[in-house]
Amino acid sequence: MKKNIEVVEKSKIWFAFSLILIAISIGSLFINGLNFGIDFIGGTIVTIELNAPFETSDAKALIEEYDSSADVTYAGEAKTQVIISTKKDLSTEERQALFSKFQEKYNLEDTDLLSIDTVSPSIGAEMANSAMIAAAVAVLLMLVYITFRFEFMFGLAAVIALIHDLIIVLGVYSIFQIQVNSPLIAAMLTILGYSINDTIVVFDRIRENRPKFGKYDFGNLVNTSVTQTLRRSINTSFTTLLAIAALYAFGVPAVQDFALPLMVGIVCGTYSSIFIASALWCKIKEFQASKRSAVKN
Amino acid sequence: MSKQKTNSKTKSGIQLILITLFIALVGYVLFSGVSVGVYDIGNVSNNINYGLDLTGGVNVVLEAQATDDDPVTAEKIESAMLTIRQRIDTLGVSEPTITKQGDNRIRVSIPSVSDQEEALDLIGKTAQLEFVGPDGTVILTGKDVVDSKGVMQTDSSGLEKAVVTLQFSEEGTKLFADATQKYIGQAIQIKLDEEIISSPTVNVAITNGEAVIEGIGDIEEAGNLASLIRGGALPVKLVPIEVRTVGPTLGQNSLDKSIYAGIIGVALVLVFMLIFYRGLGIIADLALIIFIIIFMIILTALNVTLTLPGIAGLILTIGMAVDANVIIFERIKEEARLGKSLLTAIDAGFSRAFSTILDSNVTTLIAGFVLFFLGSGSVQGFAVTLILGIIVSMFTAVVITKQLVILLVKTELFKSNTFYGI
Repeated sequence: MKKNIEVVEKSKIWFAFSLILIAISIGSLFINGLNFGIDFIGGTIVTIELNAPFETSDAKALIEEYDSSADVTYAGEAKTQVIISTKKDLSTEERQALFSKFQEKYNLEDTDLLSIDTVSPSIGAEMANSAMIAAAVAVLLMLVYITFRFEFMFGLAAVIALIHDLIIVLGVYSIFQIQVNSPLIAAMLTILGYSINDTIVVFDRIRENRPKFGKYDFGNLVNTSVTQTLRRSINTSFTTLLAIAALYAFGVPAVQDFALPLMVGIVCGTYSSIFIASALWCKIKEFQASKRSAVKN
Repeated sequence: MSKQKTNSKTKSGIQLILITLFIALVGYVLFSGVSVGVYDIGNVSNNINYGLDLTGGVNVVLEAQATDDDPVTAEKIESAMLTIRQRIDTLGVSEPTITKQGDNRIRVSIPSVSDQEEALDLIGKTAQLEFVGPDGTVILTGKDVVDSKGVMQTDSSGLEKAVVTLQFSEEGTKLFADATQKYIGQAIQIKLDEEIISSPTVNVAITNGEAVIEGIGDIEEAGNLASLIRGGALPVKLVPIEVRTVGPTLGQNSLDKSIYAGIIGVALVLVFMLIFYRGLGIIADLALIIFIIIFMIILTALNVTLTLPGIAGLILTIGMAVDANVIIFERIKEEARLGKSLLTAIDAGFSRAFSTILDSNVTTLIAGFVLFFLGSGSVQGFAVTLILGIIVSMFTAVVITKQLVILLVKTELFKSNTFYGI
């Protein structure tokens, strides 16, 4: 028999570690905030293929008239593409005029206009709202499902572990000031689904092992169940991480926007499924049991 | 060893080889395509419906602006959608999608547009054409025009110039005749969306119901203006609140890179499973390939639009498809460690793992459906492949992997537990 890992005995360490991570994340969210992209605050991003290396100052000079605070960056393998991003949602006329200027200066075809993204600020607020609603609905439905298939306390523990994961992912975005756009919302909701998937596998084992342990032997029950499912948790997360990491390493920016939070979320979700969710459930059950016996005495 | 047993061994072996060959064949047909006579079968990559982010195109959300005396109504939105469709048709591009969003928004998606700004210009213009007399009265509007063309015409000085011809309706002809009679020697302004595009001086009364608009840049511009006039004005002012366009080269590049990244991701997973689970790993890899094949077939059959986020969703479900196998294999190992025979362990492993797979996948499905119903655009594309992937992966993991594992064991080719990684 393999030695059980001491999830419950050392729960203070895991809880402390997680609380520190959460404190750092929330602290950074308050101090640095999030670096919102145009999807949330509105603005325009135009990407143009110039077919030759260029000076950012030249590009800036062309944009001056529309928005002097616009950011100009390089893109493409040979750095021949220019990405212009402004916080203004430029009108169709303004964008056309802007592209005409580049066309004139760099002798471009119509097809050299690679992409345009313009979002008006009003949409951003709506999107943030609908994301919150989506997350809340998802969590609520999961809670209902888990209560139905397991018991409410499992659902509660799983949801707390989920919130833990989401706060840390947001924290990473805040600390490194990674730009937040709509893909993050989808990624967060996926982490929600993926992380709970991990937790459920452990809970499922606890549910199965329960008859084999004493009624109040929650500690051993949890330790054994976590140990039995440990290899699966790690292997699965590792394979998924492999696939997602390949997307991140070789994919295009639009896909990388999805892949990055997923990678953070998968690592975090695996950790919380192993160390936080079950330990939390154990503590809740022990607390309930001690209260019950206190009432009896 | 009895003859019967040898028979069943051989039978299982042949079945397994046949299945593997069949998968290889289907995979080959699906991904490189085969031509039989006049029929082109397969090549799934040509049959998939790609999203605008992969083919290039224009995606714009327009919001109708209500004014105090002019509220936005459902009829106006409907008629604006019709007008927009007519305008896009003149671009000669394939199948635009025009959908209503909420009460006052219209989403327009046009695939494969080479000139993105031209398309945007065409969609969003109100195109309210007005002929205004010198005293400021509106003589007639775009509603009185029945036909309009952009043509080259030689003007009085003998130069070829682009003009837009107008043909008025019966009523318009009368109105125009009266007005030109009244304003002889004066200038009439031709306005488009409140902007004066031409102000010709009336020389004689025009009674044939025809007019031309001069002062147009080139023939292309004249053609666009003519089609705007033909399509009629939008019944309501539409403001683009979200514009996303991707040029065709960028789209193709994204697709190529994503496929490349996807193949590497899948290859890494296949190798990992092989190293870690050995014999069972082969089965898991076979099952994964079957998963991808079924997924692709369903994707084309349901005509699902594959977007970049959709590809990310697909790769994620590949990870999850493997997860189901990992759960099962770990379970089989546990059962075998309890001293059960291989086949019994496999049976117990599958049945015990089923509830785990079901519960864990259902919770992820919940997230998928919430994303689908509450999300929009790119998020929905992601949700579709996630949902589809989870359902297909449950099927391949629980049904197909099981049959394959049993076949492999029955061949008795590999008897050592180490081969199965146990």
